[in-house]
Amino acid sequence: MQLVTDTIAWLLDPANWGGNQGIVTRLLEHAVFSGISIAIAMAIAVPAGIWIGHTGRFAALGTNVANLGRALPSLAIIGLVLPITAAIDPQLGFKVYPTLVAMVVLAVPPILVNCQAGIAGVDRDLVEAARAMGMTERQIVRGIELPLAMAPILAGLRSASVQVIATATLGAFFGGGGLGRFLVEGIAQRDDGMTFGGVVLVAALALTVEGAFIVLQRVIRSPGLARMEGARAAAGAA
Amino acid sequence: MSTAERVVFQHVTKRYPGTGKGNPGAVEDLSLEVPAGKVCVLVGPSGCGKTTSLKMVNRLIEPTSGRILIGDRDVMQGDVIALRRGIGYVIQQVGLFPHQTIRENVATVPRLLGWEEARRRDRADELLALVGLDPARYAERYPSALSGGERQRVGVARALAADPPVLLMDEPFGAVDPIVRERLQNELLRLQEQLAKTILFVTHDIDEAIKMGDLVAVLQTGGHLAQFGTPDEILANPASEFVARFVGADRGLKRLALVRVRDLELRPAPTARPGDDVAAARKRAAADPFPYLLLVDDANRPIGWIDDRRLQSLDSLTADVAESESPLFDRHTTLKDALSMLLEAGVQAGIVVNDAGAVQGLVTVEMILERTRAAAEDGP
Amino acid sequence: MIEVSWALDHLDDLAFRVAQHIELAAIPVMIGFAISLALAIWAVRRPVVRGPIVSASGVLYTIPSAALFAALLPVTGIEIQTAVIPLTLYTLLIYLRNMLAGLDGVAPEVIEAADAMGYGRWQRLLRVELPLALPLIVGGVRLASVSTIGLVTVSGILGDRFGGLGFFIFEGYRHNFGIEIAFGAVPTILLALAVDLVLQRLQGRLTPWAPRTVRAIDPGRADPGRAVAGGAA
Repeated sequence: MQLVTDTIAWLLDPANWGGNQGIVTRLLEHAVFSGISIAIAMAIAVPAGIWIGHTGRFAALGTNVANLGRALPSLAIIGLVLPITAAIDPQLGFKVYPTLVAMVVLAVPPILVNCQAGIAGVDRDLVEAARAMGMTERQIVRGIELPLAMAPILAGLRSASVQVIATATLGAFFGGGGLGRFLVEGIAQRDDGMTFGGVVLVAALALTVEGAFIVLQRVIRSPGLARMEGARAAAGAA
Repeated sequence: MSTAERVVFQHVTKRYPGTGKGNPGAVEDLSLEVPAGKVCVLVGPSGCGKTTSLKMVNRLIEPTSGRILIGDRDVMQGDVIALRRGIGYVIQQVGLFPHQTIRENVATVPRLLGWEEARRRDRADELLALVGLDPARYAERYPSALSGGERQRVGVARALAADPPVLLMDEPFGAVDPIVRERLQNELLRLQEQLAKTILFVTHDIDEAIKMGDLVAVLQTGGHLAQFGTPDEILANPASEFVARFVGADRGLKRLALVRVRDLELRPAPTARPGDDVAAARKRAAADPFPYLLLVDDANRPIGWIDDRRLQSLDSLTADVAESESPLFDRHTTLKDALSMLLEAGVQAGIVVNDAGAVQGLVTVEMILERTRAAAEDGP
Repeated sequence: MIEVSWALDHLDDLAFRVAQHIELAAIPVMIGFAISLALAIWAVRRPVVRGPIVSASGVLYTIPSAALFAALLPVTGIEIQTAVIPLTLYTLLIYLRNMLAGLDGVAPEVIEAADAMGYGRWQRLLRVELPLALPLIVGGVRLASVSTIGLVTVSGILGDRFGGLGFFIFEGYRHNFGIEIAFGAVPTILLALAVDLVLQRLQGRLTPWAPRTVRAIDPGRADPGRAVAGGAA
């Protein structure tokens, strides 16, 4: 297995880890870039999703955004943004911005829709009970709806993160940094060890983030809800 | 403990946009006054506006016109949030917050009002005990671990947490089975004897209305008040064809639920103790139109019956010859329950005892039927 | 207008790439369907394998597409499998989630009735369970198709022989030529929307008994939670 030994050799070579084009730098680029995109997307989608879910206004908008988001391939978004940002800023506009825009555009729909559906899915009787007891709308959102909608909201963040990491990988083919660079250079130089090493790193990053979210979802869940779900699962198995 | 306050509806109307009169949930010119400390049941078929009327009190729904007063304050004046924190609210689905413990749930309004942690805790535990749930067992649990009846009790405790003068209850016992419902109803009545809140209670069940209400407001589809009065007035004199049909053809029987054993003049029981002189006992039994002798112990507690034929052949009175088949009533037993217990046991008379178990007298089927006939003659 | 004349000159290329795009999308959508159906039936019959199957397809779904294409390049070379295998793997989770949900959704009393009438296991599956699961299964086909059409563009990282319409996006970037990029991006979006619309119509035709509200399960979207029904009187 030439491929396996090449890959292991590449991954174990300390020369590939350091430097401003090494694995550590690329990993940081990938992570920071993805983090910034998710943060921007959250800043847009979380308040919007909460507002739509809580008030029930423009509910159709959320669903349509989600459907559109699915029909928009990440590469097509990068492609469409490229000419625009390149015209605005020839220096970076060809490298960083298109991918960043695509990452944000793709991260908004899953966050928005899950936030909206999660909040709207909270039992309306609970909300009315809270209102009848004299909670303000803000207290209802923060004290009742958000905690109860935490599972779907996290699920939305999780799929957005996976999406964003994938898109960042693609960005390397358009002059961006990140772990995708190893795929670009490995393919161009026909260096299978580097290509496959890049694959391993990208996959590991995506799966680690996915795994972290699964752990987070378990940890953050309120004990009252965990028991409720346990009871439901038990009832389902019976 | 805060005092209860009256609740007054003055020409309250609620119409929904795009719809005229007579639409589901609408309320038309509703005027009634619930005196402080009384239970008023709003009852009627679905869509009659009873829930709408209830929700206008805490402004979950705002009236189109008219005024609602709590005490002398118009609910539309002032802050809606403060208003709601001063009104208890219980719904059929209970609406306990699943992510909070029972104690946190009960302490919701105190927390909103900014009470200290320790005071909230004490209050929550006090209320749990009040509704019959041991705080040590229940306070730290989550709602999902409770049965339907237990959750409903927590719902009542939560509504009472800040000691509101007014309580709104929207079909609070609608989702539990009949046996649990009966028990919860009795507990609420017992609580109400202690607390004397002003309670507005919505139900579609006329039997529940009669049982729970000091006053009953029968609402008709379209949101009209068909009749407002005590349960007895409504059963005795239905104001309209609609009310008569709604309360049902068996309203004479239903009225029996309003009368309790304590309201009857009891028939004295011919009693004797073991060891009494048989001849004297025979003479006493013969003098009574009721051909039985009730054997009682030294504390006057019933042992059982001896019929007069048996009495003729006896040499002495001993406990083992008595047959104990009569149901026992106390002063609070309703005539409806008494009648059904008598019919079930297949006997003519039940024995009324006091708290110590001592015989007070007898209630017979004949007496109950007599009472029913008298009630029917009151009617229209 | 250099852009317009460039576009007119390249209409042949466009037709070729559209055809390639459809080919590269259609093959994985069909193969993925067959594999997933077999896996779903297996999972329903043997609940033990269900968890591992769904988890494995979930892991594959999580790996970024560029990485999965690149992973096969050293193995299978510049051949059509290099594009088709990853695209097929990405459809599995979409199909499986919908097929399993569809099969799970068949009411137990319907299954009992079928058994009582003497259906055999396979007859029951073919005549009762699969038809009842059809709305979700077709919904899965719709999602898988749209998703695959988007991902085909990424196969352009493997070189000129792949990518469908994505070819123009990579080429346009290389040439620093905006119209060429749009030449790939806009038709890709239109193709995805058109296929979505056609399959939506087909869904209505195929399952006229199903309510309009049946929505496919999108792995990118969480279960919004079961809202308890209720409301004011």
